[in-house]
Amino acid sequence: MVSIKSFPDTALPAGEVVSEETFPVCKTDSHTKVPTSTRKAEKPAFPLPWLFLASRAGRPSGTLVLKPEQPNSLLMNRSSLLPGGRSLSVLGAVIVGSLALTLVGCKQEGGGGGGAAAGTEPIRVGEYASLHGSEATFGQSSHNGTVIAVEEINAAGGVLGRKVELITDDNQSKSGESATIVKKFISRDKVVAVLGEVASGRSLEAAPICQTNRVPMVSPSSTNPDVTATGDYIFRVCFTDPFQGRLLAEFARKSLKATKVALLTDVASAYSAGLAKYFREPFEKNGGQVVIEQKYTGKDKDFRAQLTAIKAANVNAIVVPGYYTEVGLIVAQARQLGINVPIFGGDGWEAPELIEIAGAENLANTFYSTHFSPEVKNPLIEQFVAAYKTKFGQVPDAMAALGYDSAVVLFDAIKRAGSTEGPKIRDALAATKDFPCLTGKTTLDAQRNATKSAVIITVKDGKFKYLETVEP
Amino acid sequence: MTELLQQVINGLSLGAIYALIALGYTMVYGVLRFINFAHSDVFMLGAFTAFYSSRAMGRWGFASGGFLGGLLVLVISMAACAAVGILIERLAYRPLRKRSTLTVLITAIGVSLLLQNGGQMVFGVNPKAFPNIFPSQTFKLGGLVINSNQLVVLGVALALLTALHWIVQRTRIGTAMRAVSFNATAASLVGIDTNRIISFTFGLGSALAGAGGVLYGMNYPSIEPLMGNSPGLKAFIAAVLGGIGSLPGAALGGMVLGFVETGVSGTRWSTYRDAVAFAILIGILLFRPAGLLGRNRIEKV
Repeated sequence: MVSIKSFPDTALPAGEVVSEETFPVCKTDSHTKVPTSTRKAEKPAFPLPWLFLASRAGRPSGTLVLKPEQPNSLLMNRSSLLPGGRSLSVLGAVIVGSLALTLVGCKQEGGGGGGAAAGTEPIRVGEYASLHGSEATFGQSSHNGTVIAVEEINAAGGVLGRKVELITDDNQSKSGESATIVKKFISRDKVVAVLGEVASGRSLEAAPICQTNRVPMVSPSSTNPDVTATGDYIFRVCFTDPFQGRLLAEFARKSLKATKVALLTDVASAYSAGLAKYFREPFEKNGGQVVIEQKYTGKDKDFRAQLTAIKAANVNAIVVPGYYTEVGLIVAQARQLGINVPIFGGDGWEAPELIEIAGAENLANTFYSTHFSPEVKNPLIEQFVAAYKTKFGQVPDAMAALGYDSAVVLFDAIKRAGSTEGPKIRDALAATKDFPCLTGKTTLDAQRNATKSAVIITVKDGKFKYLETVEP
Repeated sequence: MTELLQQVINGLSLGAIYALIALGYTMVYGVLRFINFAHSDVFMLGAFTAFYSSRAMGRWGFASGGFLGGLLVLVISMAACAAVGILIERLAYRPLRKRSTLTVLITAIGVSLLLQNGGQMVFGVNPKAFPNIFPSQTFKLGGLVINSNQLVVLGVALALLTALHWIVQRTRIGTAMRAVSFNATAASLVGIDTNRIISFTFGLGSALAGAGGVLYGMNYPSIEPLMGNSPGLKAFIAAVLGGIGSLPGAALGGMVLGFVETGVSGTRWSTYRDAVAFAILIGILLFRPAGLLGRNRIEKV
């Protein structure tokens, strides 16, 4: 099952008494119903997400059902998640909490997620993705890959005998949205784990929330090292920027024979700034020199000023560790200004829009490193490429492969954990070793990062072309 | 030296676009005393009209990459934007003519949001690659590089500024515009149809925004429904900088802003680009509250 939800659809009808059906606060085996007449249905629930969440946390209205071993701290936790409406939510949490304490002796277990009872109910996995906006191509590819993984596992009978339900929410490539979405996933949809995001900046927003609630999060393609450094519940299935930076530095020194390069960094993106840093260190250690570093801010359109300064610095190559929307314009404007040196960058480049925006002829002599190429021969890849083509009518890119990998690694962990409880899934994820993935065998190390090979792609006649594979 | 000259060229082409958008803000302000926040979204519509019309022309076998084809696309976009501008004024602002400026201002923000989100629904949210509507060529003068698009931007901007100046200063309707701007009640007393003049002003301002959108798309060929936000804000700053309500002020403000941004971006402090632009705005407003070329108006209380 794959369902896409968005806030307006899930907003509560005003003034409705919420039943156990709509909101399984926590479930019980013995179905001990505790009637509460203390608070009738709350005042109209506003469609504003945070207000709505706030009123939800303090909602003992309707029927409240408690389960002995269910941690009442869950409710407390949830209220602490809320950004606003504090007094209301705190009050609500206190009421619920004390009720729970007086009625049932609750045992603390400290697990978030996994709230829904076992049985035949689907296992819910939340996915926050950039389906629209500036990184939409990445987000959609990644989402498509995930969808294929979910369909495959459900066709094979699901995980632990239960179907997997993927709940996807779109953050529109905006900062600030991911945090809200993940809060909703955990407090309301009761997901057992979270998948996301392609952009490191937005993964960094969601990661602390997953960490505090002990819900494992697997990022498909956030390469910034800080993402998994957030805590022991945050994993990734792709290589990290230090590795990618080192690889790019090596590529610049050996393949391009560049000694003097210019850096053009997007200061508004954690990914870009990180990759620039990890490129610079090994490059300078190997005798290279970053002659000039220029900066821009995501969504900028005019890079001529920076490029003119770069041109005057007379470099052998330009490193642009950015995302395709800006990279396309940068490459086009650089070529217009008569800069013909190689331009290269990381996996943020990979999107068909890059060729449309930059123009095929401008992309001659450009390179980027990425995780996957559909041209590599491997039965797993061939099968995935075929399935992807049938369903979406296009050849999958690296983001699609990583989206797929993030999901299969998670399902494998849930299987091995034999449970949908956050801490158990976490332990199983941490023990992932040599799991066959599209982007190479995946082993998650002590820092919860994957170590795997990378490929270098170049653009020839308006098409992405596989150049070489680089082992870690 | 070459680098400096190159930056001057870069600044000119950026400033020309800011100037074109700023003119629309300042003209509407001059006549109606309110900021039309939807202006930056009309700018976006201009770029999208050009995108779709050049596609349609390509389908009908019209060469849209040629010079004449490019001009035709430009004219179509300007006409479409003029129509949209007049429509917005008629539907959203005219019913509120007698209300406080604040009401109209908030309506303008509403219209802006409507256009942005409507645009996301209709055009899709992903950036689109803007086609080459004029033949593109790069000229080299010594170490200097000038792209033909930059020349077209400058040429079109200059031509439109001249045309606008002529309309406002030399024609009957321009005289009427100035009269309405001076005193709307008195203008209607001497027989000027103020509604018609206001419609015309919106049409003219929106056509300039449309042209700005097309030129922006040519220069930065990635367009999306929210593309108006940043240049719109910059143009608004330019209008205030030059003295809002003053047409030469808007043109000057746009150029100043273009130069400042390029100048800062070309140095090590490129991230402080917007900070410097705003600091200059604050500085000018501190010493010349009416802007560079604005006149001090005494408000009667």
